[in-house]
Formats: sequence, structure tokens, C-alpha cells
Amino acid sequence: MTQSTDTAPLGPDPLDRLPEAKEDPPKKRTLQLVWIIPIVAALIGGWLAVKAVLDRGPEITITFRTAEGIEAGKTKLKYKDVDIGLVKSVALSPDRKYVIAKAELAKDTGNMLVKDTRFWIVSPRVGVGGISGLDTLLSGAYIGVDIGKSQEKQHSFTALEVPPIITSGLPGRQFVLNTKEIGSLDVGSPIYYRRILVGQVIGYQLNPNGKGVTMKAFVNAPYEKYVTPNTRFWQASGLDVSLDANGFRVRTESLASIVAGGIAFQEPDDSSQLAPAPENTAFRLFSDRVLAMKTPEADAEAFLMYFQESLRGLSVGAPIDFRGIIVGEVKSINLEYDPKAKNLRFPVEVLIYPSRLKARYRKGASAPMEAGDPNHHKVMNALIEHGFRAQMRTGNLLTGQLYIALDFFPNATKTKMNWNDSPVVIPTTPGSFGDMQNAAASILKKVDNIPFEGISQDLRKALQNLDGTIDRANKLVERLDGDVATEAARTLSQAKATLATAQQVMADGSPLQQNMGNTLKEVSRAAESLRNLTDYLERHPESLLRGKPEEKP
Amino acid sequence: MSTARQYRLASCHDCGLLSKLPSGHGHCPRCGAALHFRKPNSMAKTWAYLIAAIILYIPANVLPMMITGSIVGVQSDTILSGVVYLWVSGEWPLAALVFFASIMVPMLKMIAILLLLITCGRRSNWQPQQRTKLYRLVEFVGRWSMLDIYVVTILAALVQVQSLASIAAGPAAVAFAAVVVLTMLSAMSFDPRLIWDPLDKEQEASGETHDAKH
Ligand SMILES: [Zn+2]
Repeated sequence: MTQSTDTAPLGPDPLDRLPEAKEDPPKKRTLQLVWIIPIVAALIGGWLAVKAVLDRGPEITITFRTAEGIEAGKTKLKYKDVDIGLVKSVALSPDRKYVIAKAELAKDTGNMLVKDTRFWIVSPRVGVGGISGLDTLLSGAYIGVDIGKSQEKQHSFTALEVPPIITSGLPGRQFVLNTKEIGSLDVGSPIYYRRILVGQVIGYQLNPNGKGVTMKAFVNAPYEKYVTPNTRFWQASGLDVSLDANGFRVRTESLASIVAGGIAFQEPDDSSQLAPAPENTAFRLFSDRVLAMKTPEADAEAFLMYFQESLRGLSVGAPIDFRGIIVGEVKSINLEYDPKAKNLRFPVEVLIYPSRLKARYRKGASAPMEAGDPNHHKVMNALIEHGFRAQMRTGNLLTGQLYIALDFFPNATKTKMNWNDSPVVIPTTPGSFGDMQNAAASILKKVDNIPFEGISQDLRKALQNLDGTIDRANKLVERLDGDVATEAARTLSQAKATLATAQQVMADGSPLQQNMGNTLKEVSRAAESLRNLTDYLERHPESLLRGKPEEKP
Repeated sequence: MSTARQYRLASCHDCGLLSKLPSGHGHCPRCGAALHFRKPNSMAKTWAYLIAAIILYIPANVLPMMITGSIVGVQSDTILSGVVYLWVSGEWPLAALVFFASIMVPMLKMIAILLLLITCGRRSNWQPQQRTKLYRLVEFVGRWSMLDIYVVTILAALVQVQSLASIAAGPAAVAFAAVVVLTMLSAMSFDPRLIWDPLDKEQEASGETHDAKH
């Protein structure tokens, strides 16, 4: 039937011959399942949007001096070599003095953005501490981040101009050093402890009043525990050559410190067992080791000494020695008028460190010079009674340096200390110079006793004998004359000829002379160009590195 | 002009048998396939797919399409930043091609479908022939608008020198593929006969009354 509808022409109403479809009951309007799709899409879109917002880290602004090495969309922010952000835009500040970079950080970095978080540009640098940032040659400069410890949140920062040497993650401790001048020290200068490299200078600044420099030193763990409140720091820069009453000495910490400078520290007294100094303890930075080691100035006590002999050779800082132990130093040498004796005298002000003397005494007995000690005066008086005196001595015959020795002189004239004086006067005894003068006088006396007259008579007799001898010798010479003279004459004439030739050679205008003149001229020209070169280098030392700059027309 | 629907006739999609279908809902008497005058729920389905496509078009353009890693660092590009990159580096034809294929074509496709849906929804009888041509064009363009996916796939396959460079498809690639598929589905579910239906309103009206009797 269906076949006929396909092939045969249809009847008057072909539609009647079509089959009836199986009718379905009319459907109720149900919720179209297809609407799930846009809902799912909306959910996905919404989730992506939420994720994008959540993944978005905080945005910060960093102010730089220049935009050198910073590129929007390229420059990364790294903390411990982990990417934590990207510079999004670089723009000039409204006053065109700075460059403001906006950077987007990774999420979860919000807690890193505190007040003392530091940012700086990492690019290849050559410094005293070596070469750093070489990897940035390939990858381009990046912004280094050091996360601070503050709790105060901040979103705009000013970048450091120099990379910090120490990042806050490094174990160790930071100390403050006060010094008059910085010397050859710089950021990155090494710090030595017993000639072991234990730290670095991490920064310095001129004090606000312009007098002195405050430096920050970082001592790495585990060496930081060797820094105690009693530790002395000194500049170990270069060669430390000293020539004083103690003789000639050369000291240096290491070869590197000669070139780059450095700081060394040590306890003045190895026996002390002090607790490590807390972070940021301030120390004085002494200019050399000797100064650093000898001054516990806080408990130094001032005394006066009057000497009869010349003070030539005694310098400020000269040691005060008690049987080989340095117990003090000369603080000042003055001139004053003594109204009683109507005379000029030379008071030498000295500083004595009682603690050094105390350390040498056994327990129980108190120190002889401990200030404020009730037995102080009594002990001292007893010592003076036994001849305890100061004496000027020669430390170094070569340089004539003097030092002051404290010692017992049982034969010294009796005297007492006046404790009401300020400062108290320590009695002195004539120095070893006086002894030397006495010795010289006795030598002169002995010379006087030599019988010079008798000696001269003997001498005359001997001379008469000599006359006879000479006569005999003359005769011998006369005899020799005949034989030797001809030979000698010949030699002489030969020598004369040689001399003439030489004269010819050396004569003005002779070839040798001319050569010599030319050579000398060459030499002087060479010397001149060498002088020019050194002059030029002195004025342009950078040309050693960069070559000669282009001449400006 | 008369249509199959006016005569309450429906042809089977599966076996081609023409049969009477007075109520509009039924099954083929020969093979049992579902019969209907127009694609069922055509408008609703088209709308649904289109809305889904429009929603996902946003992340497809905003999120990174391609993530390239090299020694210089990781870089993620959206479609637009890729176009900008190509343009800036002087590859104008390529930039234009990617811009056209990846941004313009999906957008124009969605606008076209939207236009068809709105005009059909309002039973407009404006330019039915042009609109039908537009529909054909949309259906034809369909699968050819996945250029970016092809580019990313081919690049990712080519550049797998891991230590030097790596390329991975970003989340936008998924969204973009979804947009392409959804617009295709949207175009497929649209019944172009709907464009012509408003033209025979009178018959339609009588048909409706006929329907109402059941
Ligand atoms: Zn069928």
C-alpha cells in the first residue's frame, strides 16, 4: 500500500491514503532539561570569575630611583628565588623624580606586605664581597624581596638602592658599631673572629650630627655567641703597622682585609664567661687592635705624675707598665707653673685600669687601686711606704720611645700620697736616664786617669827608632829605581796612548757622544710620556677600565 | 503557500514515511520514531545553548589561552594579548586571522543566532529569505571557528622541548571549546522553518483552532 503511494499517481485526495501516526496524549508543560546547560555554564563562569578574583594577589606600588632593569609584564618579584609576583606597570611619579612600579603579587602573600619588607633590584653586581646576581644576565633583572617582621601592613614601598647583604631569614645577629670614620670599610666588608670570616658589614650611615658613622654589622650563626657585652671591635683594614715603646709590629687579619678592609672582634680577656650580647648592641669600633684591647675606659682612674727628666720621647698613649703588665696609659702631657717653687713643671696625666691590677691579685686581697674601695687608700699608702714609685724608662732605644714603669724602689726617698689632690699624684723616682748619666760620669773619670803624658814620651822614642828604619828603606828604594824605572816608563806611555784614544772617542761630536746624546733624549722623552700617563691616570683612573674617553670637540 | 504542518502531516526523520499527525505529538506507524511538525522546543533549546555560549564567551576571552614557559619565565596569553603580540611583532595577516576566527566569528555567530531567535520569537516576517541564508551560513561556519584550539594543540604538540620551553592550554581553551560547541548545538537546535511560519498566519490560526478541538 505504501509502495503504491510512492510509485503510482495519487488519487483524488492522496492525503486520505496516508497512514495515521500513533497519537501521543498531549504533553504537560514540563521544565525543559535543556536549561540546565546555561545554568551549568553560568556556574562555571561564575566559579572561574570567583577563582580569578581569589587567585588575584594583593597589588603593591614600589618606588624606585630609576626604572633600570624594570619592565612592565616581565620583571618578577622573587623571595628566596621563588616567583611571588610580577610588575604590571611602570610609570613616572607626578613630580618625575621617581619611578613608580605597580606589581601584582601571588595570592597568600598578603602577610608578607608589612612595614619593614624590603624591595630592591637584583642585577649583576661586582662588589667587595664578590660578584653577585650573575643569573640575571640571562633572565633579566628581578626585584628581590625580603619579608619584614613588623605586624604593620603596608602596600606601598620604597625600593632599597643597594641590595641588602643579609636577608632577614639568615641566622645570626646584628650589632651596631660606632666609629669616627669609615676608613676603607664598605657594605659587605668582612668581619673576622680569630681570623675566621664570620660576618659582614651590612650598612652604614653618617650620624645625623655629621660626627661619626654608625655601622651595622651582621655576625652569622653560630659565631654570634662570641660577641659579648665586653667584646671589642676594631678596624682590621689594611696593614696595621705600629712603632712604639713596644717595638715595631705589623698586623693584619687576612690578605682580603688588606685589599677590602675588614673588622675584627675579640674579647680582651679570654677568661671571662659572659653571656652573648643581645641583638643591636652598640659597640665602639676602634681604629686598631691595640687601642681596642687596652681601654676599659669606663673604670679607668686618673693620676698625675711629675718627672724631673726630659719628657722627650714620651707620647700620649704610651703604656704604663707594672713589671711587664700594661696597667694604664699616658693621657696627656702638660706644662704648668708651680707657684711654690716658682718653677715650671711637667705634669703627666695617666689613666690606670684598676681592673687589670685586680685581676693579678689573689682572691681575698682587694685591689690596690680599686676606686671606691674602703681599703683603697690604706693599701696604696702601704705600697708607697715600701717604695712603690713611677719611673720613666726607655722602651725602644731605636726610636727613643719612653714608657712609664711602676715598680718598687726600696731606696727611694720617703713620701706620702695626698688623697685630697685631684687627680692624686703618684710619686716618681728619677728614671734610668739618671743612672746612665752617673755611668757616663764614672767613665769620664776613668778616662781622666789615663797617663797620656807618659804615653807620648814612649811614642817619641818609638818614632826615633822608626826614623832609622825609614833611612834604610830609602836606600833600598834607590837601588830598585834603576831596574824598575824603565819598565814603568814604558807602561806609562802606553797608558797615555790609551787615554788619548779614549779622549778622542769621548770628544764632543764624536759618534759615541752623539749616540749617547740621542739615547739620553729618548730616555727623557720616554720619562716625559710616562709622567704624562701617570698624570692622566691620576686624573682619569676610570680610563684603566673604560679606555680613553672620546675627545670632545 | 502551504506547509506540511498546515495539512497536519509529518514525515518521519528516521524512515521518511509521511503520516497524518492531527495533534502534533505522535510516533511513526512504521518505525516508531517520534514525530513532530517542528523540532520540539527548538526555541527554548536554542536559547539555552546560546545563553550558555554567551556566558562562557567571557572567560574564553579573559582567561589565559596559552601558557608558555621558557627560561625567561612563564607567560600566559589571552586570545586578545596573543593578537596584540602578533600585531606588534608585525604579523598582521596572522593577527587579523586569529582575531577574526577566534573573536569575531564566535561573536558574530552568537549575534546571528540571537537575531534569528528574537525575530522568530516576535513572529516577525522581516526578510525571511535573508535570515534563512544567515542561518545556513551560521551552520556552515560551525566547526571551522576553533582555530585557536587548533593552534594551541599543534603548538603544544610541536614544542615539547621541556627544558627549554613548554606550552600548555590555559583555562580559556576549555571555555573557548565550549563556546564553539555550544554555538554549534544552538544552531543545530534552531528550526529554520520557524522563520517562515509567521508568513502563513491565517492558516496557522485555523490550524490552531483545529488543534484546540483535540
Ligand atoms: Zn519512521
